[in-house]
Amino acid sequence: MKKAAIGLYVAITVALLGWAFYQAIYVAPEEQTMHEVQRIFYYHVPSFIAAFLFFAVSFASSVCFLAFRHSRPNWAQASDAWALAGAEVGVVFCTVGLITGPLWGRRAWGIWWTWDARLTTTLVLWLIYVSYLLLRRFAAGPQVQTLAAVLGIFGALDVPIVYMSNRWWRTQHPAPVFGGGPDSGIKDPAMLHAFLWNILAWLAWGVLILALRYHVERQHQKFAAQEAQAALDDTN
Amino acid sequence: MPRALWTHLVKDLRIELRSLDAFVSMLFFSLLVVVLFSIAFDPHGDFSREIAGGVLSVATMFASVSALNQAWAREIRHQVIDAQRMAPTPGAELFLAKVIANFLFVSVVQVILAPFFLIFYNLHIEGQAWLLALVLPLGTWALVGNGIFFAALSIRSRNRELLLSLILFPIFIPALLAMVRATTSILTGDGDPTLWIKLLLGYDIIFTTASLLLFDVVFHAE
Repeated sequence: MKKAAIGLYVAITVALLGWAFYQAIYVAPEEQTMHEVQRIFYYHVPSFIAAFLFFAVSFASSVCFLAFRHSRPNWAQASDAWALAGAEVGVVFCTVGLITGPLWGRRAWGIWWTWDARLTTTLVLWLIYVSYLLLRRFAAGPQVQTLAAVLGIFGALDVPIVYMSNRWWRTQHPAPVFGGGPDSGIKDPAMLHAFLWNILAWLAWGVLILALRYHVERQHQKFAAQEAQAALDDTN
Repeated sequence: MPRALWTHLVKDLRIELRSLDAFVSMLFFSLLVVVLFSIAFDPHGDFSREIAGGVLSVATMFASVSALNQAWAREIRHQVIDAQRMAPTPGAELFLAKVIANFLFVSVVQVILAPFFLIFYNLHIEGQAWLLALVLPLGTWALVGNGIFFAALSIRSRNRELLLSLILFPIFIPALLAMVRATTSILTGDGDPTLWIKLLLGYDIIFTTASLLLFDVVFHAE
């Protein structure tokens, strides 16, 4: 039953990805000033939405780990697995966004990269979470979970400061498409549909990968615990 | 002043005074960075004023990493760190003592470095020079506070000296930006550094508070 549900979810996700691709490439109309290259928007923005969501999952799980690490060890272990999975999948989506951004910027602005508020913030966010993954790789032993949770919290604290500092510095990225004032928002319904389908499809895909990564990490934790128990039994 | 903080601070200052390890290595390293940058960029006139703030901040950043690594690594010998863990005093006091001690070392290095810096870059300060006395300590505090915290975090890992730089630098980026912008606007006289000083102050308050709250978690992580 569980396997069937997972299979169904995978099938729906793949179908959604196909449908979203069709919407973005064939159904959505061509944009007036940027023409075909604007279609990268349907991949660029959903990637970042997914990345920010998964980083938020990682941050919330880090806080939960620290809160539960003495009182409820099992919850803490699960939180740690979510924190790791969120950071890893978030870094992948963030990388996709950081690669599609310059490809688009080269055609739309004429430059690959600019040190504006949102680009710099995202790059720093990416650097912070890569350093989080490096810490998890280099630090060994049981304390790595606590250390990683603390770094996750520090990283999340840094993001609003990075954003504000770069906003004061310079800004070139277009104003927010949504919530940026009375003129903001996508006017063409076909474009909006393509955009929303892509968000849904990529989030479904991201959640699938997140859940798989979580499962693998939980298995890993179980084996580690069993090995530790076996070693204890041997010495007795 | 709490007694534990005072004891740790005096101990660290005394060790440094007798050995001068951190001080000499930091001073020579930052001098090297200043010389290397001036060879690489050939600074003169307005250009040297524009890059001087960045060079000074980056030189301080690289140089202080050597002292920050030593700050806890020194305690591993003779299991001092285990004794500190078992001591019935708040870890926050130990943390604060280390930060104050290293803040003093880095500040002394900056004061000694400043004349060389003015000579090598032919600097003539256009803005309000006294503001530097606010910007540099605030920036140094941001660097040393986070640095001591992350050094304690990476002390029990493989490659701990490399790991410290890898996790400290990304988190330090906004403070570095504010420090560089403020110093540059003071040196060139263009723009108002107040906003950047406020940002540095906010950064210091947020991260020092977070470090004080979370230091025990990191120090006693098992």
